[in-house]
Amino acid sequence: MDRPVFSVTELNEHIRSLLDADALLQNVCVRGELSNYKIYPSGHHYFTLKDSESSLRCVMFRSNASRLRFRPENGMGVTVFGRIAVYPRDGAYQLYATAILPEGTGDLQVAFEQLKQKLAEEGLFDESHKKPLPSFPERIAIITSSAGAAVHDMIRILGKRFPMAKVLLLPVRVQGAEAPAEIAGAIRYANEFDVADLIITGRGGGSLEDLWAFNDERVARAIYASRIPVISAVGHEPDVTISDFVADRRASTPSNAAEIAVPDQEELRSALEGLEIRHAQAMRKQLAHLRERLNTASDKRIWSDPTSMLDNRRIELDRLREKLLSSQERLLSAKRQTYVAAASALDAMSPLRVLSRGYTLVSDDHGKLIRSTAALREQEIILLRFADGEADCQVEHIRQGDCESPQQA
Amino acid sequence: MPKKKLSFEESLTRLEEIVRHLEKGDMPLNDSLTLFEEGTGLIKSCSALLDEAEQKVVQLKKGADRKPQELPFGDTDE
Repeated sequence: MDRPVFSVTELNEHIRSLLDADALLQNVCVRGELSNYKIYPSGHHYFTLKDSESSLRCVMFRSNASRLRFRPENGMGVTVFGRIAVYPRDGAYQLYATAILPEGTGDLQVAFEQLKQKLAEEGLFDESHKKPLPSFPERIAIITSSAGAAVHDMIRILGKRFPMAKVLLLPVRVQGAEAPAEIAGAIRYANEFDVADLIITGRGGGSLEDLWAFNDERVARAIYASRIPVISAVGHEPDVTISDFVADRRASTPSNAAEIAVPDQEELRSALEGLEIRHAQAMRKQLAHLRERLNTASDKRIWSDPTSMLDNRRIELDRLREKLLSSQERLLSAKRQTYVAAASALDAMSPLRVLSRGYTLVSDDHGKLIRSTAALREQEIILLRFADGEADCQVEHIRQGDCESPQQA
Repeated sequence: MPKKKLSFEESLTRLEEIVRHLEKGDMPLNDSLTLFEEGTGLIKSCSALLDEAEQKVVQLKKGADRKPQELPFGDTDE
């Protein structure tokens, strides 16, 4: 016969998954007698629950144990709430307790613990679902009795702290059989017509029975489903209701809810004053900074003594004029020199100049210059030009051939 | 500027923004002055909102058409 062979771990894992899948075991409530009760330094509580026939190992972790309202003792008859699960290391199942109620506790308390456990498991208390409250609510819906002191306390405190917020009262009965349906209905109604930015629901103190409507599942679910953030404000400080767990914020009392709901106008005024000071200072600082830049710029002499710049310009102008004149002068004298040199060079080459040294120019009666005896004819009238005058002469005789300089002739 | 009236929260948020901008001091003077003017207006309107606020309390009643009707607080027919 072939049977599968499991490891111990595998088998325990299989049993664990069977137990985990059983709805009854996941939310169980069991009566018995406490024995072997031990509180470990870790804060976790370990005990055994037994009756005449049988026993069950239980553990209650510190977070739950810290909420116990009585001191558990061996031999005490109790009802324990929690879930059954396998502890794989020992191959044993045990009860993971979330709450213990001593025997003799009323049915209400038992029902409370049961509902609380059920809703917690469904996630109705999850922090991740909680919505932030508006910082400056403009409309606040109060869902409570219009008769009690609670509503007047809330209106008074809201009015003193933040009169800007409009208060809308949705009157409901807060105790009696009709109360849960009315409260839940008012929460849904406020959401349906979007009458407010914030809901406060609750009531003043009273007995466990008086507060019971706020432990009702319908109210819890209406709060959970509300789009508008809800503050739960039931009874006095030590009273804790299911509504408190589901609500986005728990207030210890209705008055406390009003304080949580709105900012205090006195604080707003001083915050506003602070902003006003910073506002003015920031502007002053920028202006001072700009003024300083302006001063630096205007510190130049030109602003205090505008003509000084003109003086400077005037001096500059004179200097330039001087420079212009002197360079003109220089240019002129240079040109003059060139001219004189050129003139004397020209003068040196002038025929008149040659004449003054004793030479004469010969030309025919037409004024044409005669350079050679070949151009002469005997008896011809010629013109002799001297440096200081002219003479008409007649050629007598022509001798051609080399000739000494005219001075020697 | 024709603007819709800001709520107290919007005004305060805008004012905080303006103060932060001004404190940086890196804007041209003209822009700063424009912002400063806006800030001054916001301070005035916030103070006025606080000073003039008068608490309104009404009681909501479900009308015949299910819509909420506002009644003065105190006149309860319960």
